[in-house]
Amino acid sequence: MSETVTASEAPRENYLNRDHSVASWLLTRDHKRIAILYLIGISIFFALGGLMAVLIRAELATPQGDLFPADVYNRLFTMHGILMIFFFLIPSIPAVLGNFLIPLMVGAKDLAFPRINLLSWYLYMVGASFTFVSMLWGGIDTGWTFYTPLSTTFATGQVLLTAVGIFIAGFSSILTGLNFIVTIHRMRAPGLTWFRLPLFVWAHYATSIIQVLGTPVIAITILLVGAERLFHIGVFDPKYGGDPVLFQHLFWFYSHPAVYIMILPAMGVISELVTCFSRKKIFGYHFIALSSLAIAVLGFLVWGHHLFISGQSVVAGTIFSFLSMFVAVPSAVKVFNWTATLYKGSVSLETPMLYALGFIGVFLIGGLTGVMLATLGIDIHVHDTYFIVAHFHYVMVGSAIMGYLGGMHFWWPKITGRLYPAFISKVAAVVVFIGFNVTFLPQFILGYLGMPRRYHTYAPEFQTWNVMSSAGATVLGIGYLLPVLYLLWSLKYGEKAPANPWHATGLEWQTASPPPLENFEVTPVVTEDPYSYPDGTLRPKEVPVGV
Amino acid sequence: MRTDTNPHGVDPVRMYVSIFGGLMALTALTVGVSFIDFAHHLPSGWLNVYNDAAAMAIALSKALLVVTFFMHVRHATRLTKIVIAGSMTFFLFLFAFTLADYFSRGWLGPPGK
Ligand SMILES: [Cu+2]
Repeated sequence: MSETVTASEAPRENYLNRDHSVASWLLTRDHKRIAILYLIGISIFFALGGLMAVLIRAELATPQGDLFPADVYNRLFTMHGILMIFFFLIPSIPAVLGNFLIPLMVGAKDLAFPRINLLSWYLYMVGASFTFVSMLWGGIDTGWTFYTPLSTTFATGQVLLTAVGIFIAGFSSILTGLNFIVTIHRMRAPGLTWFRLPLFVWAHYATSIIQVLGTPVIAITILLVGAERLFHIGVFDPKYGGDPVLFQHLFWFYSHPAVYIMILPAMGVISELVTCFSRKKIFGYHFIALSSLAIAVLGFLVWGHHLFISGQSVVAGTIFSFLSMFVAVPSAVKVFNWTATLYKGSVSLETPMLYALGFIGVFLIGGLTGVMLATLGIDIHVHDTYFIVAHFHYVMVGSAIMGYLGGMHFWWPKITGRLYPAFISKVAAVVVFIGFNVTFLPQFILGYLGMPRRYHTYAPEFQTWNVMSSAGATVLGIGYLLPVLYLLWSLKYGEKAPANPWHATGLEWQTASPPPLENFEVTPVVTEDPYSYPDGTLRPKEVPVGV
Repeated sequence: MRTDTNPHGVDPVRMYVSIFGGLMALTALTVGVSFIDFAHHLPSGWLNVYNDAAAMAIALSKALLVVTFFMHVRHATRLTKIVIAGSMTFFLFLFAFTLADYFSRGWLGPPGK
């Protein structure tokens, strides 16, 4: 016990300052340091993917193809998609925030398999390097979807090299998921029952199930593409006895659930933020927890909505259409419960909360247009138009990045031990929200009017909306740049953070900021349910008489 | 049966050898079956899936042998068994829904056709 007292008085040793050598970082088995390594990795690839988005939006500012020839443009949007999806969105929240927080939230010293955790970061970096080299070497023009027979027969670029990169990165994703599942099952602190787990942990549990069950399918599919491209083994090409639609089945069996790999962790973040900044116990804890699992399971049964016009049978299309609408139910359960949590809460608009509210708005638009697209008739009309582009950017990008940035701002003091400037960070949150909507709302309109995706030229009547979208992208870019600047600034000049700057519940706030090497001085014992914010504490007048 | 006296699932070498023998026999059977064209001998029905079905049945029994004996699942905890059953269920989803497309091609035309 005396140890705890001295620890709080002396300049505390923590996971960041105990060893500064490069080897101590590159060979670390500490989940917190691995999270930082991931943060650096995904930031680099986000910047690269973002650079390509800038070039794409610059090209689309005018109807003519004046910056790039069609071929280069194809490579740009393909690499934009691949970098952003496989090397930013999928690892973003799980590998950075999940890695850092899950052991802390369950009261453990580390993840179940620390070495495998480090291995997963190396696999990620190796996979990303393969993809990056293939980009420098001419890139690929298949779109991130690798559709056959284009990818197997006709595409000229570095399809194999890129595929190998994604294959390797896939194992990083599987290992992270496996690590989380075992940690959540086996390493919970005494008293931390399943229904006392933070919803962030529930969301990551569901995500991990998808990662473990889905990723092998995409890995094997990519191998099959390689086998057909190299050895002409007939899987997808009718010439060799294959079927191109089979590729789409296999690809989307993973890639639709992959959307939930991106969005479920963000939903976990939002659940934490909404309850903390409403100072109120979250509404419908069990429903939110179990809806994550429902999404993970149902998410595997809807992939055929990507095949409505590719020759899939009408019967299958109808089944997939129904199931796709059905998956909206657990998503809506979450949105309703967050909204109900806000109701009569003492809402404070701190920076993370701004992102949480932004998430709800953006996800609502993304989700509802998803129901539209699940409808066979509408989907056939807008298939392969900018409507689709806008929809999936709202769901995967807008929502996931709102969650990611919200989470980063919430746990930044815990991760780094520093506070960031409040005002400028609120401005940035608003700029991101405005920038995102100005970029992608016009794309819904463009798509509905009939502008197809993946072309570098378009009919002149579409220009106004495209200019608006490109202008929005500039604003969005500034919105993303600001946090980079002030968060880096805070590392050196930011005020020192207390252990629990937001007065939040949750085990991660009960240890120092930044946490010591083994997370807790004493293994915590959990005695109460999560989110025990006494309702209405900040406004005692509203507490009903007799309480 | 769960051998509680043998918690680490260490089985006698004899068992591994006989399972290996079984796997080899089934491999030989796969090769043998590929020489028979079942559709030739059996009534040709809805689809000529007999050869595929035979090959899949053999493959499935081999997989079961590997999972139960080589991967020690028969000594595993209930949670491990649930995990395996769960993964198999999702694998089944992949097959069932993909085949639902292939088998129902042409059942319904596009509206108006
Ligand atoms: Cu989908």
